[in-house]
Amino acid sequence: MSNTENPVRIAQLSCGAEYSGIQKEIDSAVEQVNAVMVYPEIDILDIEAIEEDFGLKVASPDLKLMMARAKAIVTGKVHVDAVFVATCFRCAEAALVRSEVRRYIHEKTGIPVISYSFTERTTAGTLLTRMEALTTTARRKSLLAREKQSGLTAGIDSGSTTTKAVIMRDNEIIGKGWVPTVKVLDSAEEAYNDALKEAGIKREEVQALGTTGYGRFLVGEHFKADLIQEEITVNSKGAVYLADMQKGVATVLDIGGMDNKAISVLDGIPGMFTMGGICAGASGRFLEMTAKRLGVSITELGALAIKGRAQNIKMNSYCIVFGIQSLVNSLAAGGNPEDVAAAACHSVAEQLFEQQLQEVDVKEPVIMVGGTSLIEGLPRAVEELLKVKVIVPDNAQYIGAVGAALLVSGFISR
Amino acid sequence: MKVFIYPTNSLILSDLVERFGHEPLALMQEIGKKVRAQGLDSPPLNITPEDPKIGLKYAAVEVPSGVRGRMSLFGPLIQSAEAAIIIRDPVIPFGCMGCARTNELVNFLIRAKKIPLLELDYPSTEDEAKEFVYKISEFLKSLTEKKNEQH
Repeated sequence: MSNTENPVRIAQLSCGAEYSGIQKEIDSAVEQVNAVMVYPEIDILDIEAIEEDFGLKVASPDLKLMMARAKAIVTGKVHVDAVFVATCFRCAEAALVRSEVRRYIHEKTGIPVISYSFTERTTAGTLLTRMEALTTTARRKSLLAREKQSGLTAGIDSGSTTTKAVIMRDNEIIGKGWVPTVKVLDSAEEAYNDALKEAGIKREEVQALGTTGYGRFLVGEHFKADLIQEEITVNSKGAVYLADMQKGVATVLDIGGMDNKAISVLDGIPGMFTMGGICAGASGRFLEMTAKRLGVSITELGALAIKGRAQNIKMNSYCIVFGIQSLVNSLAAGGNPEDVAAAACHSVAEQLFEQQLQEVDVKEPVIMVGGTSLIEGLPRAVEELLKVKVIVPDNAQYIGAVGAALLVSGFISR
Repeated sequence: MKVFIYPTNSLILSDLVERFGHEPLALMQEIGKKVRAQGLDSPPLNITPEDPKIGLKYAAVEVPSGVRGRMSLFGPLIQSAEAAIIIRDPVIPFGCMGCARTNELVNFLIRAKKIPLLELDYPSTEDEAKEFVYKISEFLKSLTEKKNEQH
């Protein structure tokens, strides 16, 4: 983050952070993104009146303080560029307040808000991507308001497993490239060249290029990208754009090859999210291994799963080692491949629920993106588990690249 | 006697206990130790991620870290308490501990300890306030008598 820009003023509205011993971690993450944390001053009378004003009665005084501070921001008593709402993980009362405070500030002011539930194990590293997304939203508000792609732009998503590239012209995808990530730069070159070839244009014709994903900095530097952006912001925007649901709430689920994201989105801007490869049993790798064991390609696994019944297979574990062992045992006992494929999808969905969705509200529409969303059995298993309809937009596997190409089109006129 | 007070950071209660010759067990002294201790790990309270782990003695890992962090401060006070005063539903300026779940646990642990305990509602009128102070002073005097009997 460039230090020539003015620091972003972030208001911290939290309950329990200081007693969890993580205030130092919050301060450290904020410092790294050239921001400063501020704590809105309020009067004691404001706290006493806040439950009536806000309409939410709670027992914890620190949560009343959070609501009063939110009101101070909304009424303009305090001027901030962004808001960080954080409470203890597993506190139900705080989760309700956190969600409502976030909605309240967003609806009344449009100031970017991000929310998080922490434990004593929360580190500055965990918070950094969140703070990066928050400060980006604050600094590039006009860019994120963009709902249509314009001009001729490119997006490259350098993921941990695959590298994706797209070329877009006047709000349409005209070229795509999707290759496994081997060497980060070589794979990016290959995917980009494939996309350019399909689009039938030369590299120098591209007016602006954006990068995202794990390799975004390396690839961005190599291609002299106009925009290098973390994947939470880009994927949120890309998902609601592809699903044509840019206004209102949405939940974006991205099960990657090695890494998952569950993002609660409001008007295309990320609020609460979980990310990270906590467990391989909740990743695309689990499905890859199942496909390999069944002797089918990963692209065939989904169709197979649709024909099967997960309930016919007994799985003792969600673990990528022991869970796969259960599937192998089922095959050895005469289980049919369709049921095994369905059970694998069901297992990944269950683990997604256990590991990623604990902190994220599942508000419809639920949009599934990333390569695994094309394995039909997986969105169906998620639908069954969450009791919601899951939307898989066209080109869902190019989510990051499309989001980057869309956002970077805002740089053309500059 | 060592008298635990709730709300644990109530200056009025702490002062009353001290005036009657007892030792108040209050949050301020614990926070003070943290702030004055050498090394500023996590200013201003200087509570580090190790503190919620100390709180595991009082609540399991499924209980929020903020509750356990607070319990790492209140727990040892409750353990050493010989008597206690609990004020029910106080207004925030009288003393505030921030977290309702911690309050519930603290009150329970005090009641479960079976030590001399005075539980009072926070007063809402002047007459109730006079009665409130009177009851607290009578309770503290009775503790002095008990202590003298023991000696």
